[in-house]
Amino acid sequence: MTDLQERPAGVLGSRLLRREDPALLTGEAKYTNDLNVPGALHLAVVRSPCAHARITSVDLSAALAVPGVVAAYSGADLADMWAGPMPCAWPVTDDMKNPPHHPLATGTACYVGDGVACVLATDAVAARDAAELVDVQYEPLEAVVDLEDALSDRVVIHPDLGTNKSYQWDLKIEGEPGQVDAAFAAAAYTVKERYVQQRVIPVAMEPRAVCAVPQPFGGDMTLYSATQVPHILKVMTALTLGIPEHQLRVVAPSVGGGFGSKLNVYAEELLCVALARKHGVPVRWNETRSENHLATIQGRGQIQHIELAADADGKLTAVRVRLLADMGAYLQLVTPGIPLLGAFLYAGVYDLPLAYDFSCTSVFTTLTPTDAYRGAGRPEATYAIERAMDALADTMGIDPMELRRRNFIRKEQFPYTAMTGLVYDSGDHDAAATKAAELADYDGVRARQATQNVPGAKKVLGIGQASYFEMCGLAPSRVLASLNYSAGGWEAATVRVLPTNKIQVVTGTAPHGQGHETAWSMIVAEKMGVAPEDVDVLHSDTAIAPLGLDTYGSRSLPVGGVAIAMACDKVIDKAKKIAAHQLEADEADLEFAGGTFIVKGTPDRALPLAAIAFEAFTAHNLPDGMEPNLEAHTTYDPPNFSWPFGTHICTVEVDTETGQVDVLQYVAVDDCGVQVNPLIVEGQVHGGVIQGLAQALFEEAVYDDDGNLKSGTLAEYLVPAASDVPSLTLGHTVTPSPTNQLGVKGIGEAGTIGAAPAVINAVVDALSHLGVRDMPMPASPQNVWNAIRNAQGASK
Amino acid sequence: MKIRVTVNGTVHDSDVEPRTLLVHYIREALGLTGTNIGCDTSSCGACSVHVNGEAVKSCTVLAVQADGCEVTTIEGLAQGGEMHPMQKAFMENHGLQCGYCTPGMVMAATSLLKENPSPTEEEVRIGLEGNLCRCTGYHNIVKSVLACAAGD
Repeated sequence: MTDLQERPAGVLGSRLLRREDPALLTGEAKYTNDLNVPGALHLAVVRSPCAHARITSVDLSAALAVPGVVAAYSGADLADMWAGPMPCAWPVTDDMKNPPHHPLATGTACYVGDGVACVLATDAVAARDAAELVDVQYEPLEAVVDLEDALSDRVVIHPDLGTNKSYQWDLKIEGEPGQVDAAFAAAAYTVKERYVQQRVIPVAMEPRAVCAVPQPFGGDMTLYSATQVPHILKVMTALTLGIPEHQLRVVAPSVGGGFGSKLNVYAEELLCVALARKHGVPVRWNETRSENHLATIQGRGQIQHIELAADADGKLTAVRVRLLADMGAYLQLVTPGIPLLGAFLYAGVYDLPLAYDFSCTSVFTTLTPTDAYRGAGRPEATYAIERAMDALADTMGIDPMELRRRNFIRKEQFPYTAMTGLVYDSGDHDAAATKAAELADYDGVRARQATQNVPGAKKVLGIGQASYFEMCGLAPSRVLASLNYSAGGWEAATVRVLPTNKIQVVTGTAPHGQGHETAWSMIVAEKMGVAPEDVDVLHSDTAIAPLGLDTYGSRSLPVGGVAIAMACDKVIDKAKKIAAHQLEADEADLEFAGGTFIVKGTPDRALPLAAIAFEAFTAHNLPDGMEPNLEAHTTYDPPNFSWPFGTHICTVEVDTETGQVDVLQYVAVDDCGVQVNPLIVEGQVHGGVIQGLAQALFEEAVYDDDGNLKSGTLAEYLVPAASDVPSLTLGHTVTPSPTNQLGVKGIGEAGTIGAAPAVINAVVDALSHLGVRDMPMPASPQNVWNAIRNAQGASK
Repeated sequence: MKIRVTVNGTVHDSDVEPRTLLVHYIREALGLTGTNIGCDTSSCGACSVHVNGEAVKSCTVLAVQADGCEVTTIEGLAQGGEMHPMQKAFMENHGLQCGYCTPGMVMAATSLLKENPSPTEEEVRIGLEGNLCRCTGYHNIVKSVLACAAGD
């Protein structure tokens, strides 16, 4: 482990302020909704008010009579526009059930918010007014809201599939046959827990927005979208609409957050492109927040059964997991794969023998589809194992911190081949936990707790921990192939030195708040010996950055950033050949530092990159056979995932009379390897932690028995405000990843992964003397109060 | 209806539908797209602007109610090519990520300091409770506002 402070002063690792900020702070930045597109028609989507209903008729006449309305369509009217169904890129098993899914439903609407018709008008107000006048007749069918009810097939949502079960995916690893069962039979201690990952709504502050601009005679189409994935969207739009990919350009302008919710191909994107083609004019759509809650994917939605077996010392001997996952009404882009992203992580950061038994069953419900939400499968897995570890410690009567220390994969075991076969690149869990415990004054809180949590105490103290490993840097393409994912996991980069020694970087990543322009400029500045302000970063436009696999899964730095560093190396190699030629020196005698090639031992024989850049441009005196210009391209397929890790500790005070939870302190010690820009790293942790804490304490997509979303606006869905959450105490350790030259691991999701279990462990810890052993999320005052009451009832 | 509104120092005479919200007037009639729309229930505060010097959510005000008023949007905050001290504080303290809530947050924060020039952390948190951010967890937003108040 090295400390950042020990690094030589340089650009990399400095707290460089973000170049993105001035445009965002002054209103200069343009989000999709801000684009001025003359002559655009506005799309409004008519959405099903029923969770499950047969569409018996669609009458568009009243809508068509509204002034300004140009056209209106039912799902059936547009059925011949689709070359294929809405894409699902992750058929996790060969026999996975995937119902037909088109931008507008035709026969049956399968969730509240499912599009059934649409209107085009000259302005947005007319389009929305007219949409309300579309007369759709429905024959209601029974809703399926509960996952266990869905599994029973009492009501089959997609009759052609014959079942609500989409797939079952198993991962059983045993050193010898029967080892898991034997471990449970022989265990000194076992726990068997059931946890519910409630559905949550991602709520990127910018709702989705789309604008499709056709060139009817030239033949090209430009799709502007508030998306995390312009490259994936381009391929999928071309396939779904049957249009030539080379005539489609996708641009993601400034994008106001995503958190996975904009990692998708949505009906409205396809509708705008299809209708822009049909009408020969631009078509745009801006999502309202209420639509966002219904028609943008939701996160989590799992029932988790986890069992741990341990020996007399508390060393884990086996883990068994049975997962029931809510797909929602249809499979969106990567819906079925989300549980798999967690499937390898249910043993957490612990040294488990070959005794792991994981099985996931996924079912359809008549609810909004689920898909990736910050962490995507990994927060769910971490929650289950970290909650279960606390349950095990409780069963054994030992401190949960002590139990974790007994089980941590030790520093000297890295690189560590886990029982799943995955190789964890580097880590030091004990160091992270120790640092977190110091910052949280763990022993001090335990001492205060002993005096405070006495019978009859109104306010009780709790402290909870979560240690995590995050599988990120998605992903080695061959591993994705083994998981049946339909694409690769590489990333592309081009580095181009302009004649005046300014540098253009073209990246396939697609930032939406992460500060890639700043961070990538720092990588190039460090590699090339130029100032970061001399580096321009181009992205998120498939005409400028034609190759890429976009931004999700904490992949951008460990895959995209590393690709940039590798492209820099190629440029330096070429520049070195030119320098050797000009200096009449042997390449092997040259060294490159601070932007200048120097003949070793003869500092007066030197050539700066600036001179080489101009030489490469004029091409007057290049080595024989060398192509002009200084530019290189790299496509990097990572050899392994990257494995950020850390320990979070939360201290809470719970009011036993009202159920109110107050977070007194939140400590996050994260290790994302080498930090390119600590300012940005801290920002990612802050935001991630509060999102995880929000799942633990505040947020839930609440549905009634008929499948109606009761938390359909921000007035009912509690995204925390500044006054609801604490300041955070951050620490870090730095354990470089050995698998890439920058030593980086990624930090986008870590906060969210650690937070929910740390908070709930703290709440349960505070109430354990009252007999409370579990707490449903969110730990709202009502849920906490009920848990206390139920525990007291049980003890009587 | 005819209205006269001064926006960022420029007088605009406009004819608007009575139901037009101030935020739509600012964005669509005047083309000032720095003011963002994040919800439809006046919950998120992304559309906060100043009306006669006070922060309001421009989705809760009809354009006709702004008749005769002075409105300042995020585009009017920087002066003479220099960002406002609050904008600088947000930049220096990494108080923004995706930037979508930022214009509203900055407008609310400047209004907060006008009322209470030296707030405590708790007063900042309560003062900004009408503005939602999903990226920063508020930590650096609060830090930015406190830094601006301290003149850092």
